[in-house]
Amino acid sequence: MVAVLPLALANNYTYEIAILVGLNAIVCVGLNLLIGYAGQISLGHAGFFGLGAYGSAILAARYGLSPLISLPVCVAAVAAIAWIVGKPILRLKGHYLAMATLGLGIIVSVVLATEDRITGGPDGMSVPAVRIAEWVVAGEATWYWIVGGALVLTVWLAQNLIDSPRGRAWRALHGSEVAAAAAGIDPARHKLAAFVISAALAAFAGALAAHYSGFITPSKASFLHSIELVTMVVFGGMASTFGAVVGAAVLTTLPQLLTVFKEYEMVLLGAVMMLTMIFMPRGLVPTLEGLYAAARRKSE
Amino acid sequence: MLLRAENLSKRFGGVHAVRAVGLEIAAGAVHSIIGPNGAGKTTLLNMLSGIYRPDEGSIVFNASSLTGRQPHEFAAAGIARTFQNLQVFMNMSALENVMAGAWLHEACGLAAAALRLPRLARAELKAREEARALLEFVGLARWVEAPSDRLPYGALKRLEIARALAARPKLLLLDEPAAGLNPAETKEVDELIRRIAARGITVVLVEHNMKLVMEVSQHIVVLEQGCKLAEGDAAAVSADARVIEAYLGCST
Amino acid sequence: MISQIVLSGLTSGAIYALVALGFAIIYNASHVINFAQGEFVMIGGMAAVAFVDVGFPLPLAIVLSITAATFIGFLLEKLAVEPARGAPVVTLIIITIGASILLRGLASLVWDKKIHALPAFSGDAPIALGNATLLPQTLWVLGATVATVAALWWFFNRTLTGKAILAVSHNRLAAQLMGISVRRVLLVSFGLSGALGALAGVLIAPISFTSWDIGVMLGLKGFAAAILGGLGSGPGAIVGGLALGLMEALGAGYLSSAYKDVFAFVIILAALVFLPNGLFGRRAAERV
Repeated sequence: MVAVLPLALANNYTYEIAILVGLNAIVCVGLNLLIGYAGQISLGHAGFFGLGAYGSAILAARYGLSPLISLPVCVAAVAAIAWIVGKPILRLKGHYLAMATLGLGIIVSVVLATEDRITGGPDGMSVPAVRIAEWVVAGEATWYWIVGGALVLTVWLAQNLIDSPRGRAWRALHGSEVAAAAAGIDPARHKLAAFVISAALAAFAGALAAHYSGFITPSKASFLHSIELVTMVVFGGMASTFGAVVGAAVLTTLPQLLTVFKEYEMVLLGAVMMLTMIFMPRGLVPTLEGLYAAARRKSE
Repeated sequence: MLLRAENLSKRFGGVHAVRAVGLEIAAGAVHSIIGPNGAGKTTLLNMLSGIYRPDEGSIVFNASSLTGRQPHEFAAAGIARTFQNLQVFMNMSALENVMAGAWLHEACGLAAAALRLPRLARAELKAREEARALLEFVGLARWVEAPSDRLPYGALKRLEIARALAARPKLLLLDEPAAGLNPAETKEVDELIRRIAARGITVVLVEHNMKLVMEVSQHIVVLEQGCKLAEGDAAAVSADARVIEAYLGCST
Repeated sequence: MISQIVLSGLTSGAIYALVALGFAIIYNASHVINFAQGEFVMIGGMAAVAFVDVGFPLPLAIVLSITAATFIGFLLEKLAVEPARGAPVVTLIIITIGASILLRGLASLVWDKKIHALPAFSGDAPIALGNATLLPQTLWVLGATVATVAALWWFFNRTLTGKAILAVSHNRLAAQLMGISVRRVLLVSFGLSGALGALAGVLIAPISFTSWDIGVMLGLKGFAAAILGGLGSGPGAIVGGLALGLMEALGAGYLSSAYKDVFAFVIILAALVFLPNGLFGRRAAERV
């Protein structure tokens, strides 16, 4: 069920981490629909995040649009892009699909870094503060509630989809595409739906991130970020919304903890990724659920 | 005539799997397609369900042309099938498999699903009950909530049949439903096919088990090396000299 | 000018081809995409630089660094891939990505984050060839690639080990039934790919330098080249690599040099839309 947000947070720093977790979690819940349920893969989802972030930022900064308008416009635009791009790409399977999504992500991140007249180039651009009537939206606590609310909404929507016949259709596609088609499920349409929804969620999170931090750089759309997102989903447990949230939580806080180790951060991150995937190939939450179920069976 | 296929051909590289095969399936009967291994039976079935696109020929089902269409369009037209190499949704329970098979009758809009509109909940309950009933119909009542990967082989074969029936097809294609089953299980499949036919569903089976075929079919088509060798009812086919030579062997 | 561009394209294309071959060999043996392949290239270059700095003569440094990369290939297979055999594709992808992050982190610790150059194998004096000038190192790159491809052909078609690897890639079960040790084949494949990557790294280091993170882009482009040629096809990897290098150079020369890195991926995307299995890829037929 919907994860209950922890309400015991001490200071600004922990708020900041919680907000980052929330933002990543929104993307991961969406990405999980694509990877865990529909059984596809995307190694370029940070591209959608970046498009959402820059889109809303540019609309706000250069055209003076209020984020209340720029955000939905941006999300809709990215969804449209995902729809156009997804149609030909989702005909690909397995590693070929991985490559295509990877290529897309890289193209987006390079374009964002290169077109510096619009985007401010590799150094990024600043995003004006959010103003709703007289009220300037600022402060960690305020943003915490905004992001938290957005996450709860996202999880609710995702779970509804999963529990519906649509979710079953996705899982059927994942289980056996040929049998799903034989049952009347159009693979192309359903894969595209999962792709577009996950892209829209990524853009949504990206736009929120831009307005929260007041500054964005092209690194938000990088291959590395895409990989981090996929890792969060797989680590937490595919085909589990809760797993996606947990994965985002663990893998967002972990590097923060690891900065203590300074230069060893990369080594440790890589090691953690490898070890967890080797010993928990289904992800953290399903593995724990399995252990719990096995322990219960033993005690019966 | 429920389904009329004419002049169907399919090549894979140099292999001519099916050559100019024509087929007429009458509604309400049980038909079988038999033949030695490599005769093209499964290829033919795959063409009749849209998984392979015929290189030549046409398929007309219920007075509309299905030639060149996608598998999900074949399903929407009223054709359902099972698979020789099981294609059960192993990531779901038995009940969910059957519910997934009913997609054509419970499709819902994305927005309605995401917002969990109340009518969806009612539709879900109904879908559950219908799926449960189908599982009982095929004899899998005790496996309803079980994850599919727990089911034994024979049960999985029947699960595929239940899933196919969930689509409420007019035509059911069964690809070797008795493969790998012992005589007792085969008898159950025999009875199941009769019960399905009694519901008014036209059945086409591809089978090797001659006893099952002869007992349950009203019409048999014999394939050999991609061509139609003979057709007729059980008596005619088993007496046909060419069929005996190619497939049935010198009789005991 | 075009001859200059073509030469430059062929040179980087040869490197992409070597990296792509590494991907192809591992994929064929194990169906794993080794996202750490680019790090082998990095290790080749960086290790050679380190050995030269310590005082070893260049040829010895090259041999040592290739050996080191081969050994790391073995380690990767033994420690990361073998324990996870049977895991879903996404999981394996994450493991190799984790390995690449780990290797990069280790490289930044063991060496540093600066850019290094390896001395050119036979000097820097450019050779004039018609309108173009040619670095001697370019000849090394092209020549070594041709020699390597020939050696690989001989290996796969004339030696038992090579044929065993091919057998496993075609039908693992049948190969096992014939007495081929799949574990050994996997080990050899990873080691071989490591060597190929390191060779590429060593060849290119005098021209485009080397640093702790050159593996990322090179790995991605090598992967793209392998996909372009059709995953698992050796000739495809070579053709894909050369094609990619050429088109990238032509694009950078005539269209826009700022977007050089992007050309590879745009080409791949376009290619995949029209050829979903690459140029020479086998269509995976699903038996139902």
